Amino acid sequence: MTQPGMPVSVESSRIIYDALKACGVRLVSALPETWLVHLIRMAEDDPDTTLVRLAKEEEGVGLSMGAYFAGVRSAMLMQNHGFLAAVNGIVSGAQLYRVPLLMLISHRGEFGERDPWQTEGGAMTEPVLRALRIPYALLEQRSHVEHRIRKAQTLAYASLRPVALLLCRDLMWEEPA
Amino acid sequence: MKRIDALRSVYPLLEQNIVVTIMGAVAAELQSLGHRPNFFYLQHAMGLASSLGLGIALCRPARRVIVLDGDGSVLMNLGGLTTLARYRPKNLLHIVFDNESLLSVGGFPTATSTGTDLAAMAAAAGVPRTQTVDTADALAAAAQGAMAANMLTVLVVKVDAHYEPPRGTAGFVTELTLLENRFQFERHLREPDAAAAG
Repeated sequence: MTQPGMPVSVESSRIIYDALKACGVRLVSALPETWLVHLIRMAEDDPDTTLVRLAKEEEGVGLSMGAYFAGVRSAMLMQNHGFLAAVNGIVSGAQLYRVPLLMLISHRGEFGERDPWQTEGGAMTEPVLRALRIPYALLEQRSHVEHRIRKAQTLAYASLRPVALLLCRDLMWEEPA
Repeated sequence: MKRIDALRSVYPLLEQNIVVTIMGAVAAELQSLGHRPNFFYLQHAMGLASSLGLGIALCRPARRVIVLDGDGSVLMNLGGLTTLARYRPKNLLHIVFDNESLLSVGGFPTATSTGTDLAAMAAAAGVPRTQTVDTADALAAAAQGAMAANMLTVLVVKVDAHYEPPRGTAGFVTELTLLENRFQFERHLREPDAAAAG
């Protein structure tokens, strides 16, 4: 079911989306990026999910804070460059006010990246997450997606802090090895 | 018009609804008029008050949300106007106090001092109701009008670039700590009775 030239994995996207649903996520904010297309369409097609399309990723921090205060579980879909663009909101919104965020970040720029423009952010993403003391895990294979998302959300709500999951190439991109 | 007089004119409306404010003078002055558990003051994350208000408005359609914003903050999140317009929650009123300056950090002029029209920008973004007012009475009437219209509204309120710390306030720091406000607000929003009352 993948499109020529854009082999984003529908099956992995479905597993990720189902895991979010199983965690009670009802609001998803997103800024489109190639690896996220199926996830965004799944949110769009799901009558039980509110999808909010953003102009810039940092808005998603505010949205998730509002949803949290209102008692609604949310997730943020963004590229790693979008994460970099959202850092101030994460620090001076979610972290300052101790609000959990579940961030799913497509990890562009790791081994196998062919787009030259994506190569700088890849090396920067994990060091920035560590500098911000945001706990994170890599999602690299389907078998661990469900429990890593569930455990990430559990920690976010117990600690009242943001957590992140990095959506990796081996999970998201169906290409010959 | 002083901003605190503008706040006073809409306070009866604020009391009854969910309120999200920006930092600095707006937060301190509203607290001086009387803090309520349904008021949340976003003391940083500049620009995101409207996004936070949108999140609440979408998740609590039965309650009304009033965001008290400023020109400097809106200019930091202009894209957010397009997101508000895209989802146009009926239960959101976005009030923007425009003093044409970044008052709390030295009073440097913002782009609204050189002609940028935030109400026009909101309208161009697709916000169905927008208006600019410059008196307290006009604000009170416009805010009531927004409630009656039951439609996403952006009101730009022209105010003086003036701030006098209210009693009990040191600079912009009030006695209400950030986390106390945050937990109180969360509890308020999650009370079933509060949800029903809206």
